[in-house]
Amino acid sequence: MRIVFKTSYDSDIDLHEHWRRRAKYAVLVGIMALLPFLVGEYYLAEAANTLIWALAGMGLMIAVGHTGQVSLGHAAFLAIGAYTDAALMNVGVPFWIAFPAAGLMAGVFGAIIAIPAVRMSGIYLAIATLAVFVIVEELVIMLEPITGGVGGIMAPSITAFGISFDRYGALGNFYWLILAVVVLVTWGYANLMRSPTGRSFLAVRDSEVSARALGINVTRTKALAFGLSSGVTGLAGALMGHYIGFFNYELFSIFISINLLLVVTIGGLGFIQGAFLGAILITGMPQVIAILRDSLNANFGINIGAVPGLDTMLFSVILILFIIFEPTGLYGRWLKIRTWFEIFPLARRDMFRRHKTYLKTERMK
Amino acid sequence: MSLLDVENLAIHFGGVKAVDGVSFSVDPGEVFAIIGPNGAGKSTIFNLISRIYEPTHGTIRFDGQDITGFKAHDIARLGIARTFQNIELFDHSTVLDNLLMGRHTHRATNFVQDILFLPKVRREERAHRERVEEVIEFLELEAYRKKRIEGLPYGVRKVVEIGRALAIGPKLILLDEPASGLSVEETQDVAYWIEDMRRDMGLTVLMVEHDMSLVTQVSDRVLAVANGRPLAMGTAAEVQADPGVQAAYLGTGAAA
Repeated sequence: MRIVFKTSYDSDIDLHEHWRRRAKYAVLVGIMALLPFLVGEYYLAEAANTLIWALAGMGLMIAVGHTGQVSLGHAAFLAIGAYTDAALMNVGVPFWIAFPAAGLMAGVFGAIIAIPAVRMSGIYLAIATLAVFVIVEELVIMLEPITGGVGGIMAPSITAFGISFDRYGALGNFYWLILAVVVLVTWGYANLMRSPTGRSFLAVRDSEVSARALGINVTRTKALAFGLSSGVTGLAGALMGHYIGFFNYELFSIFISINLLLVVTIGGLGFIQGAFLGAILITGMPQVIAILRDSLNANFGINIGAVPGLDTMLFSVILILFIIFEPTGLYGRWLKIRTWFEIFPLARRDMFRRHKTYLKTERMK
Repeated sequence: MSLLDVENLAIHFGGVKAVDGVSFSVDPGEVFAIIGPNGAGKSTIFNLISRIYEPTHGTIRFDGQDITGFKAHDIARLGIARTFQNIELFDHSTVLDNLLMGRHTHRATNFVQDILFLPKVRREERAHRERVEEVIEFLELEAYRKKRIEGLPYGVRKVVEIGRALAIGPKLILLDEPASGLSVEETQDVAYWIEDMRRDMGLTVLMVEHDMSLVTQVSDRVLAVANGRPLAMGTAAEVQADPGVQAAYLGTGAAA
């Protein structure tokens, strides 16, 4: 076990308490950056998709994991981001303006609807956000001149500063663009969580009454968290639009919202890393299922391709198992495994028993 | 001049008069205790002062300022900190983070600066940490700094909550049953801390407590309430000798 001997308050303020952990993240980002040289187009596109989902997952994590507000409507913010970005670019606004504008639009919209919505909590807030989602879906269809209505809209190819970031023509550049956005957002998110703002989010999540007694304006804090959450999700939406290329309102279905909730819940509520693990699982699962299906068919002649809803059922089963056995998600499980190795052979069976408490997000109030 | 003035305070929940016509004033540097049987309205008085409840009538003045119309989240900024009868800590955070959350009223950065983690944020964080370390040292919480609340024993949580209230840097601290559920030794620690808060930190303490040994030991004045109404006020000995108070606790016909 490694003991970190701290000699200044700064070592607690720093993002990583030890240079070795910082080095590990640096290596990870390095590998991610080199990915276009290591894998083929198909897997690179999949990696880009996973990163977009991780970005959207981080957005939802701010609200659900760190502020305790369940949202079933985050597909709406993906849609707002995607449509704002595509519509602006279609009238000639360059990407580097349209993209932040998409995040800002989704964020401001989220903060505005949050002001009345955050007075609710638990299942009621989930239903309210679901209603917002339906409204946004209808708006998208009605605002046909801007959104293309039912027909859909084209997300133009990205060119900035003379470099092409086209989804197909220059996939490597497109991937790097996404990676850069994800790294920046992750950095900002990690900063937020080590600062007074992040602490006020956690305070509101864990005990509203004592948050108030400490001088935290709960309504404003929740609205801010929801605004940041929908803003980041809006950025992910804009990238998703470019990734898909041509889309209509059906891309942002309620299932996207539910999948996003799965990303944060299975990944690990309250951990930034959880959004990434969840995204890997959600985007990787259909691939794994497809491979399994093919190999079952080829090797044993069992054809499960005809079974409808197999993916959805598997997702549901995994989610239920996680909620029952590991409420802290994949990342929480990883922390336990790491601790087990770090203190080997001193781990005890009941060591984390008291830690198996649910976040208030998951409770019905 | 008194620090806290409560005048004719009342709150009615429908027909239930939880608090009805309570008046008292707390002088600066005083330890003032409110006692009473279960359901007497002691915690309700606290919730009225910290503006969680809206009083039916009456006024609350702090430092000469009428705070009856203030919002709950504006109270801490004035210098009123509180603890809760059933511990209300942030369970999924560490002791250190809980205490740092107590510094919220002193934050000088906005969320944009926080996201970018500008040098100013780091400077502020260091300053908050120094204040919090003083509290940790005062309450002897060094061993628990990096422990998450959910794994801590009850007695420690109780102390962390006092620490979080102290981290605000208040003028007045409201302690809601600081000794409930504590062992004799832990209660004695609380008594010493209350003494030190008054003497070394210049704090004014208003507390609700059932443990009469603690009340007798630390408080200058005691207010006894029953059924939302004031019964007696004076030193601990005077209040305990009051026939009305004895009747409220023991139910004899003495004060009929």
